[in-house]
Amino acid sequence: MSKFKKKTQVKQEIPTSSMPEVVFMLLFFFMVTTQLRKTSIEVQQRIPDATQLRKLIRKTLVANLYIGEPRKTMEFGKEPKIQADDVFIEPKDIVLWATRKKDALAEAERDQLTVALKVDNEAKRGIIADVETELRKANARKILYSTLEKKKENL
Amino acid sequence: MADIAFLLLTFFLMTTTIANDRGLILQLPPPPEALPPEDIKIQEHNMFKIQINSSDALLVEGNPMSDVSGLKDDIKKFIMNNGADPLSSDSPEKAIVSFKTDRGTSHKRFVEILDIIQGAYYDIYADQAGVSNERFRKAASDLNDGDNRAIYEKGKKGYPMNLSIAEPTKGGN
Repeated sequence: MSKFKKKTQVKQEIPTSSMPEVVFMLLFFFMVTTQLRKTSIEVQQRIPDATQLRKLIRKTLVANLYIGEPRKTMEFGKEPKIQADDVFIEPKDIVLWATRKKDALAEAERDQLTVALKVDNEAKRGIIADVETELRKANARKILYSTLEKKKENL
Repeated sequence: MADIAFLLLTFFLMTTTIANDRGLILQLPPPPEALPPEDIKIQEHNMFKIQINSSDALLVEGNPMSDVSGLKDDIKKFIMNNGADPLSSDSPEKAIVSFKTDRGTSHKRFVEILDIIQGAYYDIYADQAGVSNERFRKAASDLNDGDNRAIYEKGKKGYPMNLSIAEPTKGGN
């Protein structure tokens, strides 16, 4: 019996002296990986998933277009809309928008602009095709359909 | 100390969005006006037709298809045919995958099929370059690196990605 009693008397407190270090490490991780978002997205974004993803290396050469049903359906209706930077735009405004994005880049890199289309699952091809036609006119022909990585399946 | 650190940690945890610049890359054709009106005859057997209607139903080479698991292999077989089957493509250069959707097709379905088509091509490229599919895609993403460029060029040699995405038809909305 005495043997068992001894065991219960062992101290079981977790040392907390190294906690700040752990917390700081996590803090630095998030500080480094974080990117403060400049625009608030006003359309639904349920991004589809795919397997054959490719990564864009140069973030400065990417321009984002968000397409989906507006979050505030009371104000803007249920039809999918295109959001560029902070505003909703119509397909006809895309040429101007793409030209502005190109002008912001260095001259040698203008043809490398990639337009990332972040399109909601439920948006229809019609509106996306309109956007693509305008991008062709603006000669911003590299596009990327943003997708997530699909979980491995047993096919 | 730990309190302040925790506060900062929570702040960054809440505001963080890990940037997601990944997806399916596509090169659009030049604007319609820039293309001279050519009358190119493409032989029927050099086209692999994939169509999706407004209710997301799939039609491959004229036949309805509900299970897409075999589609990738069909496309690969079509591209690599090299004239073996007279009803399939003559050569990888001439083989064209034609992908047509409707204005009412959902983006989810479009991406699903585009993923399969691009997957078929990447598989062929990776095979030719002697690397895995993942490695090839990684190489294609960063061509400034010498090794990557070598893999990319070795893989793509002789197999242009002839993917034609047609203007969607006006069916349902």
